[in-house]
Amino acid sequence: MINRKDLLGLKELSAEEINYILKTAETMKYVLLQKNKKTPHLQGKAVITLFYENSTRTRLSFELAAKYMSASAANISASTSSVLKGETLIDTGKTIDMMGTDILIIRHPMSGAPHLLAKNVNASVINAGDGMNEHPTQALLDMLTIKEKKGKIEGLKVAIIGDIAHSRVAHSNIWGLTKLGAEVSIAGPSTLIPKDIEKTGAKVFNSVQEALLDADVVMGLRIQLERQKKGLFPTIREYARFFGIDDKRLLLAKKDAILLHPGPVNRGVELSSEVIDGGISLINEQVTNGVAVRMAILYLFSRRGAHYENID
Amino acid sequence: MRILIKNGFVLDPENNRADFLDIYIEEGIIVEIGKELDYTGGEIEIIDAQGKIVAPGLIDMHCHLRDPGFEYKEDIESGTRSAAVGGFTSIACMPNTNPPIDNEPIIEYIRTKSKSVGVVNVYPVGAITKGLKGEELAEIGELKFAGAVAISDDGNPVMNPSLMRRALQYANMFDIPVISHCEDKELVDGGVMNEGYMSTYLGLKGITRAAEEVMVARDVILAGETGASLHIAHVSTAGSVEIIRQAKAKGVRVTCETCPHYFTLTEKAVEGYNTFAKMNPPLRTEEDVEAIKEGLRDGTIDVIATDHAPHHIDEKNVEFDKALNGIVGFETALALGITYLVDAGVLTMGQLIEKMCVNPAKILGLNKGSLGINKPADIIVIDPKEEFTVDINKFQSRSKNSPYHGYKLKGTVHYTIVGGKVVVMQKILL
Repeated sequence: MINRKDLLGLKELSAEEINYILKTAETMKYVLLQKNKKTPHLQGKAVITLFYENSTRTRLSFELAAKYMSASAANISASTSSVLKGETLIDTGKTIDMMGTDILIIRHPMSGAPHLLAKNVNASVINAGDGMNEHPTQALLDMLTIKEKKGKIEGLKVAIIGDIAHSRVAHSNIWGLTKLGAEVSIAGPSTLIPKDIEKTGAKVFNSVQEALLDADVVMGLRIQLERQKKGLFPTIREYARFFGIDDKRLLLAKKDAILLHPGPVNRGVELSSEVIDGGISLINEQVTNGVAVRMAILYLFSRRGAHYENID
Repeated sequence: MRILIKNGFVLDPENNRADFLDIYIEEGIIVEIGKELDYTGGEIEIIDAQGKIVAPGLIDMHCHLRDPGFEYKEDIESGTRSAAVGGFTSIACMPNTNPPIDNEPIIEYIRTKSKSVGVVNVYPVGAITKGLKGEELAEIGELKFAGAVAISDDGNPVMNPSLMRRALQYANMFDIPVISHCEDKELVDGGVMNEGYMSTYLGLKGITRAAEEVMVARDVILAGETGASLHIAHVSTAGSVEIIRQAKAKGVRVTCETCPHYFTLTEKAVEGYNTFAKMNPPLRTEEDVEAIKEGLRDGTIDVIATDHAPHHIDEKNVEFDKALNGIVGFETALALGITYLVDAGVLTMGQLIEKMCVNPAKILGLNKGSLGINKPADIIVIDPKEEFTVDINKFQSRSKNSPYHGYKLKGTVHYTIVGGKVVVMQKILL
């Protein structure tokens, strides 16, 4: 079912591919919840993370996923590597590639960097977040979480609130969720809504209240505080007042709505603390599902070149 | 050296010539143009232009030769050779070299070097401000007398409107045109491609069309007020075309150019993070392409320039955000004009020659752009029907950054004659 070398984004994937990854992730979650988490799926495979941006959860999540499945795993941070000596992305990638790397996981502040890397290395490239473009594994773990709780994705109303323009999490979710038949509503400061986003199939609302109305799933996004300095919104205070999600606003969503956030959260800004720690928040569940999704991704993409139909 | 060009269809819009005529050249000068000229004798080269168009050599008023300072991208020798195979006999090079063309010795360097190693005429464009920094006026009078044909801070807009106003006032006194690179840096705000669905799709930071249009509007207002001659470089948006159209109707002394990429490509070319489609201003949309064509058709856009901008492959084979702006243009410009404008019925062949030759000569005040008796023989012989496939590896330019690799285009340059010297013969650079 997965015949591609690289996972660069959800906009390139078909609904079938996404569903296949989610199905595999469900199996991986079962493995993850066992007392002994070691599996041999990636024995003899080398998995490298190459991060040009800081990260706690995504990197650790990939690293644990690789280790649970018996891969040889190593991490490279741009801040402590030859990148500081001015090495180009392609040169760094080729060096890692030539050491026998099977899967190269990259996070980069510039959109399209994983695509450039993918064209220049033999290893499978997994995008762990590129600029404002995509963060496919985050969206997949969000979708896994939704599917677990709601039993489906098709027909659900998902409200994504906040800085849509700069959020690769939002972008990947919009691509993935619309492909699986969800109705995506977005709202945020008009200065943070990307141009022509409606063409993706997402609906843009002027107020958070309208977007939240009858939502099955509410997704908050991290607001980068430096956006305020760039004049994209007046103050954190005003942001929280008009775009923050609190208990009162959540009443507009369906009674059984669930709440997601990719983390790390600015408490009291995009989400109130009551909401974060409240009953409908699945923020912690998302973290666990992140490992399951990444196990599935590593497993599926490490089998490149095989005839997958014959394996299952 | 005597040359007789026979049997060609001579297209010389400036002199209203469009007929089967022969041209006789002696000592680099056009001596006679007429029907079935009969010159014989030993030392004469006969060029048979049967089935071809004979036109004045093309003039590119906007290119980057990268010399001095960035010779690894291009230099005067490779750049002029690239121009010659593209049918250009005169080119005006922008001042963003290192050091920049903001003083007489650099102009002298370019003139001397182009005379010794260049194969086409090179006209330097001087800087508007010292060091292209947008802070203080360059010595515009000295630049003019040293040989600058225009002034521009191309690549950098003059952001300070008061300084731009002074530049126009001051340049007007010396009767030298000001070429404005219209881009409001504050509105660009780190953008790397046109703002629209494609920028959202690719997750790249967009550049609003307003970044160009605000500056075009500012500069035509300043030109109107000062009475100076303003030329807007590389117009890329429908809005800019409309602002210039209105300014011309009001009698402002404004001219403008576009480049082949703005009437042949859209932002879609960026898909896949194609850095060969990264330029400044960025590729826009279908709607803009149509407006550019309409501007060419109705005369709002006077000139087609290449904005030939060579870059080393290492400067393009990087993350899209990091890639430098620009594409090489000499060797595809004429064929793109023929294929996308003449064949598409937007312009006649004569109008294309006007925009790539007559009008730039007029704007820059060059005594060129036509086939007159006693004029230097800058002539091209082209086959507007011959097809070819663009192969960037065959470019004469030192750089290969072109988005047109593999394109099938029409229009080949068979001869390029510069001052009576044959530089390209039967499509081969000598």
